[in-house]
Amino acid sequence: MIEGILVEGLIYGIMVLGVFITFRVLDFPDLTVDGSFPLGAVLMAVMLIRGFNPLVGFLAVFAAGFAAGTVTALIHNKLKVPNLLAGILTMTMLYSINIRILQNRANVPLIRTETVFTWITKLFGGTVFEGTALLILMIAVVLIIKVLLDLFFHTDVGLTLGALGCNEQMVITQGVNPEVLKIVGVGLSNALVAVSGGFAAQYLGFADVNMGIGIVVSGLASVMIGEFLFRSNRIALLTLRVLLGSILFKGIMYLGRYYGYYIKMTPNDLKLITGILIIISLIVSKNKKMLTLLKKKEAPEVLK
Amino acid sequence: MIKIHSLSKVFHEGTVNENKAINTINLSVKEGDFITIIGSNGAGKTTLFNLISGNIFPSTGRIEINGRDVTKDPEYRRAAYVGRIFQNPTMGTAETMTLEDNMTIAYYKGCKGLRKSLNNKLRDFFREKLSDLDMGLENRLKDNVGLFSGGQRQALTLLMMVLSKPDLILLDEHTAALDPGNARMILDLTLKYIKDYNLTTMMITHNMGHAIKYGNRLLMMDSGEIIYDIEGDTKKNITKEALINKFEVIRKKEFENDEVLLS
Repeated sequence: MIEGILVEGLIYGIMVLGVFITFRVLDFPDLTVDGSFPLGAVLMAVMLIRGFNPLVGFLAVFAAGFAAGTVTALIHNKLKVPNLLAGILTMTMLYSINIRILQNRANVPLIRTETVFTWITKLFGGTVFEGTALLILMIAVVLIIKVLLDLFFHTDVGLTLGALGCNEQMVITQGVNPEVLKIVGVGLSNALVAVSGGFAAQYLGFADVNMGIGIVVSGLASVMIGEFLFRSNRIALLTLRVLLGSILFKGIMYLGRYYGYYIKMTPNDLKLITGILIIISLIVSKNKKMLTLLKKKEAPEVLK
Repeated sequence: MIKIHSLSKVFHEGTVNENKAINTINLSVKEGDFITIIGSNGAGKTTLFNLISGNIFPSTGRIEINGRDVTKDPEYRRAAYVGRIFQNPTMGTAETMTLEDNMTIAYYKGCKGLRKSLNNKLRDFFREKLSDLDMGLENRLKDNVGLFSGGQRQALTLLMMVLSKPDLILLDEHTAALDPGNARMILDLTLKYIKDYNLTTMMITHNMGHAIKYGNRLLMMDSGEIIYDIEGDTKKNITKEALINKFEVIRKKEFENDEVLLS
């Protein structure tokens, strides 16, 4: 059970890292995610069935996700469409594309196909439990992605990307084209989301064009839960917070799934719960801000 | 160095709201010039800066910087040689990022690569430059810029701009949002940098005293036109009263013109 939550939290954590980049770093609420997650899943599934090496599959999935993000950024940049609408447009178009990739099917099973997870289980050859093997693999993968991402945000272009979400004028004043940065940022975000989708398909044993519904909301909920854990301005801790948030979120969803029936809850109610989680997070963080503001106002009086 | 040829900007052209913000301006700025610009609200001072920096594009006319026609260049490209400071001290820095990150972004102006520039050598350089500001910022490299005061942030913006070695700097009432003490400090810092780095400067100010006292050339703007342009000794010896007088003389003439038109 706990291994399951951790593995799922880590797989979806890659997606949450993507959501974190757009929503928090770029301040570009990007809904492409709902389309690029299943894009990664279906592309991965089709490539595995065709007998490609999973590594090649992941490269293709990464590129496809980046392309999806680029489309959103271009619609936003060139046609001056609000970022939310640009994302919805790409997401909607991706739905048809995903069905095309699956050759006009809505889903495909991966039961008897070689995946990274069957590979890692074989590699350990029964020395550890299957769940533990998956966990070791996912910890390694997510750690590599996290460290690479941290390094990226310390490079010149990464730093400028961070400034873009906070102060676009400053980025322009420093001689950088914000349109290019948005392509890089949104592209990278969706590439991560697609990779996450690729892992999810292999973990779940199927790819479904509908598996992306509400993904961006669950990603946002994970980011917000993570933000309650600790405060920092260091990117390494911020990405760690995102991953912990994702695991916590999966934990909460697990509780909802397994103990929810006591209050007559079904798995269908999970999306409602996710939304309510976000609303609660918003209320709590708003009150927190008000509390700190009140404290600031009171402080000078105390000094008197 | 900078040549502006019959530059015009019309907002909402062809509608009832048509507004001629800049009306056929010709201006030539020499290297090392320090030009102060005064004028009432809506005179077109900021619009002129927006046109020079590329934030908006002119309806007609041409802008040349260092002999290159930059009229169609986007703002980010012109930023490589035009530095700009806004009235709002939060406009020049990213508040959710640390001081050292902000300075790194400014230090390598222009296209960014996948290189990690920030190292201890650069940090030492930043510390040295920050200690010149005499604000204790050299010990706060890891602090978020959002924690700094308006004066500190504006000083930092100035420093970051100077580090990028611009050919021309545009100061848009950059002390107006600060309290008198900080405004004084920022102005002194600006004058020091202009002198030390021999910066070509255009400064908008509402303070006529400053406009006369600083710089070698003074422009007075009204209704999108440069109505008065003096430099050298003429500028040095002019008084506030004479300027106001001049302003009224020119405005009255326009006023009478309107009267004639209406009657």
